[in-house]
Amino acid sequence: MNGRPAFVLLEDGSWYAGSAVRSYDPAFGEVVFTTNLSGYQETFTDPSYLGQIVVMTAPMIGNYGVNPDDMESARPQVSGVVVRELARRPSSWRATLGLGEWLAEAGVPVIEGVDTRRLTRHLRERGAMRGVIAEGREPSPELQARLLACPSMEGLDLASRASVREPYSEGAGPHVVAYDFGMKRNIVRMLTEAGCRVTVVPADTPAARVRELAPDGLFLSNGPGDPAAVGYAFATIRELSGKGLPTFGICLGHQLIGLAFGGRTGKMPYGHRGGNHPVRDVRDDRVLITTQNHGFAVQGGPEGIPGAPALEVTHLNLNDGTVEGLRHRTLPIFAVQYHPEAAPGPHDAYPHFAEFMRSIGAQASKPLTGNT
Amino acid sequence: MPKRTDLESILLIGSGPIVIGQGAEFDYSGTQAVRALREEGYRVILVNSNPATIMTDPELADRTYIEPVTPEWVAKIIERERPDALLPTMGGQTALNVAMALVKDGTLEKYGVELIGANERAIRIAEDRDEFARAMKRIGLATPRGRTVRSVEEALAAADDTGYPAILRPSFTLGGTGGGIAYNREELEALIRRGLDLSPVGSVLVERSIIGWKEFELEVMRDGHDNVVIVCSIENLDPMGVHTGDSITVAPAMTLTDREYQRMRDAAIAIIREVGVEAGGCNIQFAVDPSTGEQLVIEMNPRVSRSSALASKATGFPIARIGTKVAVGYRLDELPNDITRTTPASFEPVLDYVVVKIPRFAFEKFPAADPTLTTQMKSVGEVMAIGRTFKEAFQKGLRALETDRPGWTTAALASDDRLEDGERETVRAAIGRPTPERIFQLRRALEVGLTVEEIHQRSGIDPWFLDQLQQLLEAERAFVTAPLDDDAAARDALRGMKRMGFSDRQLAALRGGTEREMRALRHRLGIRPAYKTVDTCAGEFPSSTPYLYSSYDEENEAAPAGDRTVVILGSGPNRIGQGVEFDYCCVRATLAFREMGYRTAMVNSNPETVSTDFDISDALYFEPLTLEDVLEIVELEQPIGVVVQLGGQTPLRLAKGLEAAGVTILGTSPEAIDIAEDRGRFEAVARQLGVQQPPAGVAFSIDEAVAVAARVGYPVLVRPSYVLGGRAMEIVYDDNSLRSYFARAARVTPEHPVLIDRFLEDAFEADVDAISDGTRCVIGGVMQHIEDAGIHSGDSACVLPPYLITDAQVRLMREHTRAFALKLGVVGLLNVQYAIKDGVVYVLEVNPRASRTVPFVSKTTGVPLAGLAASVMVGRTLDELGLHDDVLQPYVAVKEAVFPFSKFQNVDLILGPEMRSTGEVMGIADSFGMAFAKAQASADGALPRGGAIFVTVNDHDKDNVVPIARRFHGLGFKVLATEGTARHLRARGVPAERVMKVYEGRPNAVDLIVSGEVQLLINTPLGKLTQQDDYTIRRAALQHRVPYTTTLSAASAACDAIIALRSRVGEVRSLQEWHAMAREMSAEWIG
Repeated sequence: MNGRPAFVLLEDGSWYAGSAVRSYDPAFGEVVFTTNLSGYQETFTDPSYLGQIVVMTAPMIGNYGVNPDDMESARPQVSGVVVRELARRPSSWRATLGLGEWLAEAGVPVIEGVDTRRLTRHLRERGAMRGVIAEGREPSPELQARLLACPSMEGLDLASRASVREPYSEGAGPHVVAYDFGMKRNIVRMLTEAGCRVTVVPADTPAARVRELAPDGLFLSNGPGDPAAVGYAFATIRELSGKGLPTFGICLGHQLIGLAFGGRTGKMPYGHRGGNHPVRDVRDDRVLITTQNHGFAVQGGPEGIPGAPALEVTHLNLNDGTVEGLRHRTLPIFAVQYHPEAAPGPHDAYPHFAEFMRSIGAQASKPLTGNT
Repeated sequence: MPKRTDLESILLIGSGPIVIGQGAEFDYSGTQAVRALREEGYRVILVNSNPATIMTDPELADRTYIEPVTPEWVAKIIERERPDALLPTMGGQTALNVAMALVKDGTLEKYGVELIGANERAIRIAEDRDEFARAMKRIGLATPRGRTVRSVEEALAAADDTGYPAILRPSFTLGGTGGGIAYNREELEALIRRGLDLSPVGSVLVERSIIGWKEFELEVMRDGHDNVVIVCSIENLDPMGVHTGDSITVAPAMTLTDREYQRMRDAAIAIIREVGVEAGGCNIQFAVDPSTGEQLVIEMNPRVSRSSALASKATGFPIARIGTKVAVGYRLDELPNDITRTTPASFEPVLDYVVVKIPRFAFEKFPAADPTLTTQMKSVGEVMAIGRTFKEAFQKGLRALETDRPGWTTAALASDDRLEDGERETVRAAIGRPTPERIFQLRRALEVGLTVEEIHQRSGIDPWFLDQLQQLLEAERAFVTAPLDDDAAARDALRGMKRMGFSDRQLAALRGGTEREMRALRHRLGIRPAYKTVDTCAGEFPSSTPYLYSSYDEENEAAPAGDRTVVILGSGPNRIGQGVEFDYCCVRATLAFREMGYRTAMVNSNPETVSTDFDISDALYFEPLTLEDVLEIVELEQPIGVVVQLGGQTPLRLAKGLEAAGVTILGTSPEAIDIAEDRGRFEAVARQLGVQQPPAGVAFSIDEAVAVAARVGYPVLVRPSYVLGGRAMEIVYDDNSLRSYFARAARVTPEHPVLIDRFLEDAFEADVDAISDGTRCVIGGVMQHIEDAGIHSGDSACVLPPYLITDAQVRLMREHTRAFALKLGVVGLLNVQYAIKDGVVYVLEVNPRASRTVPFVSKTTGVPLAGLAASVMVGRTLDELGLHDDVLQPYVAVKEAVFPFSKFQNVDLILGPEMRSTGEVMGIADSFGMAFAKAQASADGALPRGGAIFVTVNDHDKDNVVPIARRFHGLGFKVLATEGTARHLRARGVPAERVMKVYEGRPNAVDLIVSGEVQLLINTPLGKLTQQDDYTIRRAALQHRVPYTTTLSAASAACDAIIALRSRVGEVRSLQEWHAMAREMSAEWIG
């Protein structure tokens, strides 16, 4: 194997050998795996991965390099990357840089040569946990101690860290205010393409400020961390959505709506991360293949969401039965746990954007193409 | 939506014989479909003419018809069985074409049979290139510019529009038959005629060439509720211009960004909806411009395919099974994922490994054929390999091919890499032309210093793949000097190489030692493969299905269990001489072992097969069949023994090595196998038993060969020692020909002696299949060849029971067979070949293993020989099994061989001692004539009921053809003949019309064939020295689908068949009914 010896160490003491092409300082984070076959660039730039070390189950990563168009935020957001093999030479007509160089420029450590399947199976059995990528033949007790001193994901508010600092607007049409908890760029693209003017606001923007913007609809974005730690958002949501403002939430936004209306969220053993999760729309029994990236979920099932009688469950995950979509029984509020904006992943759920447009009384200006 | 309850019985159409472009993959899909339907309680009626398949085993379907897969015969089955529905999507293009014909002629409507899986409209849109292009336009997708033409003139006009090179794609042919690439007007004219002829509807698409674009395929599945999933993406290493069946392909796609992949996925979903596959699977091909990302839709197949079989094996998602279930009404989310068993089938598999498929070719059998790979498929089989990286899977795949390459290596001689020499310019020129050897030429190109960029420019292969190859080369160079004396350093170096898929043999060659020493070093350092599971979900969910592949990673997931494991070695890639029939044997035996309570572990590398379906064995190891790979599995599994006698030569070759490593071989010992294969030792045994052999000798030089030939007497049969399928075997009539044989076909050296046998001209040949428990031997069947001696047994038609051999001779062959079995100590199956000349029975060879004819015999008699072989291998006696002598059956079965001649231009279609058939069919009836007629119809040579026969035979056959011609004349056929033959016939009272030879003027013989005035051609050539004229006539018959025969015995049989066809209505009957008749006749029947 080329490169210097390196390893991934988990908080339960298990570790996985690999190698590093470049030298780096130890990088800490919650170790999670994603099963996306393609779309590593979108994954690594997705702000929902903030503070996480991502294990790619697809073994050959970096084959098509990186390019300026597939960024879901301004920079890689992950704390570290674990792969079986990192491509040496990218090949794509769109590539402007190799993945390895790009991550190095952003200071994100990569470890390759790891038995990523063994690591994935371990995470599946023991759950996502804290870990560290570091150089060396084997972990030292000091490093282990440092790892155990890191905060765990539960109770962590990362959304405010991932959010924009200043509001900005894009597009033309009915006005949608979008709360940015770590929003992916393609959501903004999809909303503007659907025919909205989108004003993106910081996560802690008070409801009064939003009302001043006179929105026709409210959007609650995806984002990293524990939804229960984003308590400042609940009141805002209740105040805006609860008064009948059409509202659409994705991922963290979905969880926040669940919490705001009385539901609970919990940390999942190892989460859902990938682009192949089957979700059933309980209203017409159609199955959508969806992109997912979440470690927490709204608790509930086909019968509803305990504590939130106003909400009904619209979508369920076919693999484990978890809640994937909900809507308010009387108000124009709906949300999905998965990512209809894809990027990366399948486009089956694109129609949710048109659904949102309908709920704010507008027609989508044209068929949505998103990032294609 | 649960399953449909308005259907009770369903007819499934199989794909018929194995031919290039339609292989064993349809046995796999058809078998899955039958099992899936029966699980649901439907009554399943199956028709397939191919006896070598698992699907035609009588236990599988409720009613199994081994009858011709043609509209005429399938209609008879429909009339008899009155099925409620017809599932046409599991039997390749053959089944779709038959189904469409039955729609068009009103049969389905008449009997109220519903098409399920794909409807008429979907099949038509997918097949008709113009309709397809229009459909794509409707949904905003682009196809390559092109036009469907019906004449040469239209084609030329169309090419003016598309420009050259132009791609030709005949409509409704399989494996791209008749297609090609025309680089100029002349080539177009030549190709278009053939394409128009071969298309059953006489139309060809002339299309803009996108040679050099990247090629991708998606496997798509849709249910009746409009849920669609993409099962697998496949990327071709060889760019557009090479048929996907001939390309090295990789799953999942390697070089597509998510944005491009999702665009393709969106297109695929739109396509399956627009074409209207309501409930089933399809395969869609795309081309991508490497410099702009522009995507074009190339084609879609609304059925399972070779690619879907590959995708099923690559992902663990059983496409045919799920496709069948949705065809009878289930929704994808109502079906379980059969691997995880906890998640539903409405998902898209994700892979945490890389799959590489590599085709296997047979150009050595067809020296006159052009080995350039084009849009018409030419490969005869394939391997699949799984690794954690491309490099690992690629190298595993190359060694799994069994073409004597231990990985990605060059041959010692440049000519073996299809190069004049190893010079830089030669190599650079060569890599622009795709051939089976190009992948090795690429290595030479890198070795002589061509850059990845240059190679990409010349070959069109994506630089990412070329860089992977470059990395292999660099790793080798580093390994040559890597320090191996220090254990830690050696461990790093070796593990790194193993992780890139290098075999012990390759590593040993790099360091100058033996494979065994390298393995010993590796074991001492503790470097062992870890077996990973193919689980459809990249480890996200637990999976209990042990579908395994090796890699040099850390965690081993294989869980050997108990002390009753049997390892069964499969037969590797299909090739001429080793096909689906051996897979049949392996599968039957595996199922038998399981029934007896053994745990079975299957090892095989062939994705087309039933044996590599994950629910056939208790554990499936998708691995190359090399000594290294098998030994690692055996050490892990610790089986009671390994079965080598059922998979053909592939496992047999490993027997000695396994035994030397202390592995127990179940059944017949490697020593007995060696006696049978070693010329000298076998002669001694035959002598002891008093069995006659043709005079023979061994020669170590050309002069010696001439001397041996003089001693045994011409004609002689000459061949290199240790050959498979009659490789380089020829019949030679004099010294000059013998010398020229060595110049042309084979080397002779002290290390590579040749075997020279007296050739028994005009002898009958017979095959005997038998089973022995070591103390008693029971005959399975005695088959008489229809063609005379000199034609490879795999290429000869044969009949069971014999029809022209005396009872005394049959009795003698049975006695000899028993004597050989007991003398050699055979435990399991054996096959003995005999020749009978002038009343004397000679033994030609004894093969103490499963033969090609085992499934044919079993289908005929109803005795499951391969399963019984499993029983005797673990110690059961034939007495315990209740197996007595072979069954008498009140009916006749004929096996006929099927050849790939139409796929190779410039290849003559005469038969000889070198096997060249790719598949076989069976005809079964209550008379020889009808059985032969059915077999011919199944082999795409349906015999005429009247018209004209055209006879042109060599001098040797002139007398013998007279009675045959007289019979045809008596039947009212017009007899046409070339001058010499015509004069000979007329002089003996057979009115024969003279036809001009090609050089004599026009209209000549070829003109008559082209214009449809000949209904049957009887042409016998003399050895290899055939005249151009004969050759032209035979090719014309082939191209215009005029039935032909190149032997008089077959001509005589054809006459019998025509009498049968004319005198009575051809009846269909299921195997279950035939076997019931045999059971009534024989009290001792078992099965």
